Amino acid sequence: MGILELTYLLQGLLWTLLLAAIGFAGGIVFGVIVALMRVSASPWLRIPAIGWIGLFQGTPLLMQLFVAYFGLPLLGFDVPAWAAVSVALTAHASAFLGEIWRGAIQAVPRGQSEAADALGLPARSRMVDVIMPQAFKLSLPATVGFLVQLLKGTSLAAIVGFIELTRAGTIVSNQIYRPLLVFGVVGAMYFALCWPLSLWGRKLEQKMAAATAK
Amino acid sequence: MTLDFSVVTGAWQSLLLGTVGTLFLAFSGMALAMIIGVLGVVILRMQLRLPSLLVNAFIEIVRNTPFLVQIFFLFFALPLAGIRLNPTLTAILALGVNGGAYAIEIIRGGVESVPKGQTEAGLALGLHKHEVFRLIVLKPALRAIYPSLSSQFILLTLTTAICTSISAYELTSVGQRIEAETFRSFEVYFTLTGIYLVISLVTMWLLAAIGRRAFSYPQR
Repeated sequence: MGILELTYLLQGLLWTLLLAAIGFAGGIVFGVIVALMRVSASPWLRIPAIGWIGLFQGTPLLMQLFVAYFGLPLLGFDVPAWAAVSVALTAHASAFLGEIWRGAIQAVPRGQSEAADALGLPARSRMVDVIMPQAFKLSLPATVGFLVQLLKGTSLAAIVGFIELTRAGTIVSNQIYRPLLVFGVVGAMYFALCWPLSLWGRKLEQKMAAATAK
Repeated sequence: MTLDFSVVTGAWQSLLLGTVGTLFLAFSGMALAMIIGVLGVVILRMQLRLPSLLVNAFIEIVRNTPFLVQIFFLFFALPLAGIRLNPTLTAILALGVNGGAYAIEIIRGGVESVPKGQTEAGLALGLHKHEVFRLIVLKPALRAIYPSLSSQFILLTLTTAICTSISAYELTSVGQRIEAETFRSFEVYFTLTGIYLVISLVTMWLLAAIGRRAFSYPQR
């Protein structure tokens, strides 16, 4: 494997990072909405959120990518492959992050919202200023864990035909006939991205466990 | 653009067989994952430095690389090692290895969740050694890990879709064949998504029902 092939893989790596970043950023925005709908008292908001989460947690990410990739043009959106993949990853992330944050919001002790009520805070401030900052902290290990999941998930864009790291690996491997070397390098690149995040997530978890044990 | 689902409904027999293939991959993969999981925990509990290091390295590598890269690697590595397997067996192996890394962590947590005093209490109450293990160690440990194992099984079932990349026999590869013959991509994948949703909802419901029956505390 020469410098040319390695540069090609690094280009793929860049796309992998970009896809994960878009999916994560979009997932944060829509995930907050999903989480808030999910904990809402109104069934008109809660039930669609439950359905949304169930749909994305109950089907393979690969199918979600395919449906977006072939479905968006049918709806009249003539979008490039990377945009279709980004839409699917964003929707996927919004459901998973929404569920993680739902759990975190509900894990904030009830006394907190009662105290906010007793102080006469309006409902909006109770959620934004009292509940959400605490929920954010509680959800951090699981959120980091999902980011690792999402980074690995972007590899499925390869099956749709988008040239990110894994697809770049397949192409290089077909050219130089050294599949073990190429996929070993590709795997090592994913590992270099994901492992530090995993370690960070575990550290956050241990810190929190120690804090709650006190 | 009009949708035409007749190509999908016309192929219901292939889709049914594909669904059976998917369930077969999921069950075999999970069985292998459990074997790897138990073996891994046994090795870790021996507390020898090098074997523990290897098991931990295995867990970290599997958990921090995509399944697609793992299955490609195995697909090309096995023949070089002189092992010739068909794509479906390769897929089961890949699913088992992937699920195994997660199973080790889950089972380890379950074993550690049973305090030692519980065994001693059982013996003190005059229960036989085997009864102590079955009722006081195994059952609580299984009860503790059952929910995690259930969701791991659902995840593994959804992961089987990726095995289409090496043409293993399962639902997605059946769908891709229908797509190649009819060019009705959206209809095919929309239907597959629905089938997967039904599979995971039914599995979830079944696993929860089994869990309630097998692991509920006696009510008096």
